[in-house]
Amino acid sequence: MNQHYTSTAKLLHWGMAVVIAGLITLGFVMTDMPLSPEKLQYYSWHKWAGVSVFMLVWLRLGWRVLNPPPPYPSAMSPLMQRLAHAGHAALYALMVIIPVSGWLLSSAKGVQTVWFGVLPLPDLLEKNKELGHLLHEVHESLNYLLLVLLAGHVAAAFKHHWLDRDDIFKRMLPFGSASSKDNA
Amino acid sequence: MKHLSLFLLGTALGTGAGAVEYKAIQPEKSKVTFQFKQMGVGMDGQFKKFAAQLNFDPAKPAAARAQIDIDLASVDAGSSEADDEVVGKSWFHVKAFPKATFVAREIKPAGANQFEVSGALTLKGKSQEVKFPLKYTPQGSVGLFSGGFVIRRADFSIGEGMWAKFDVVANDIQVNFQLTAIPGK
Repeated sequence: MNQHYTSTAKLLHWGMAVVIAGLITLGFVMTDMPLSPEKLQYYSWHKWAGVSVFMLVWLRLGWRVLNPPPPYPSAMSPLMQRLAHAGHAALYALMVIIPVSGWLLSSAKGVQTVWFGVLPLPDLLEKNKELGHLLHEVHESLNYLLLVLLAGHVAAAFKHHWLDRDDIFKRMLPFGSASSKDNA
Repeated sequence: MKHLSLFLLGTALGTGAGAVEYKAIQPEKSKVTFQFKQMGVGMDGQFKKFAAQLNFDPAKPAAARAQIDIDLASVDAGSSEADDEVVGKSWFHVKAFPKATFVAREIKPAGANQFEVSGALTLKGKSQEVKFPLKYTPQGSVGLFSGGFVIRRADFSIGEGMWAKFDVVANDIQVNFQLTAIPGK
């Protein structure tokens, strides 16, 4: 059994990690800025990246179904395995839900989302100030939840690497090959 | 010559009975809107306060007079943040230039219930000639007048300084209006 993720899975994982990190940072920066051309630009870039994440996560889920990830090491307790599964499921769910909440938020604010300035997404909601405000809160709260889960995700990876000393972290590294333990 | 007389006769017959001169508008049934592109996204806005002075008999367009004054501070540019921005110095600068004014100079017939209007638009201390087709729709005792034209914001120094480039907010601004006019005595 291959103990590594496929190169495609790794590329999607690290690529999306970079995009999402930038997306969240941009989200906090742009909302704090006074109105300027840069602010409007950042909003557009944020939306473009958000739509991209929404597209990529479906590609990623499809790939995952066709190429199941390597199983957890048997040393992991059933409880920890269930916790890991639940954490990953929640991360995937948020990667779908957060862009959708942003899209709805844009519609309610009356600013259509046009992917890369070219492909217009339909506005699913009528312009509505109160709803726009509420959806902003929802979008922001979901991102705080994502940050908490991501902190847990990263902490777990390091725990596996430094404390459990298993291959969970290494098998996702971009240039790793099958671990030496497999050959031992 | 024969065609001309027939045309004149037709005009006289067609409008003679219901000759009407519009002298005012109903602001609550009238709209002045604008559209522009921001980062490739179509945005809508409108002015909520405006006034018009007119003497317009559709049968005698040559004698017509029309002026519309727009209260720029009544702008709805899509969000309160945008509203606060556009009344400021780099955009409309409403403290110094509270109004935009259009004065029709010439109204020519251009087919059934269609006119070609030209006149001067004054905005932020600058005047530009604009020309646009005007559509007239009689509706019982009132008349609907609608039309639109494109202005370039740079021609009026709308959006100066950091906004002067067109990469975020496009230069072309589509202005549309629909006015409900009422006849006067």
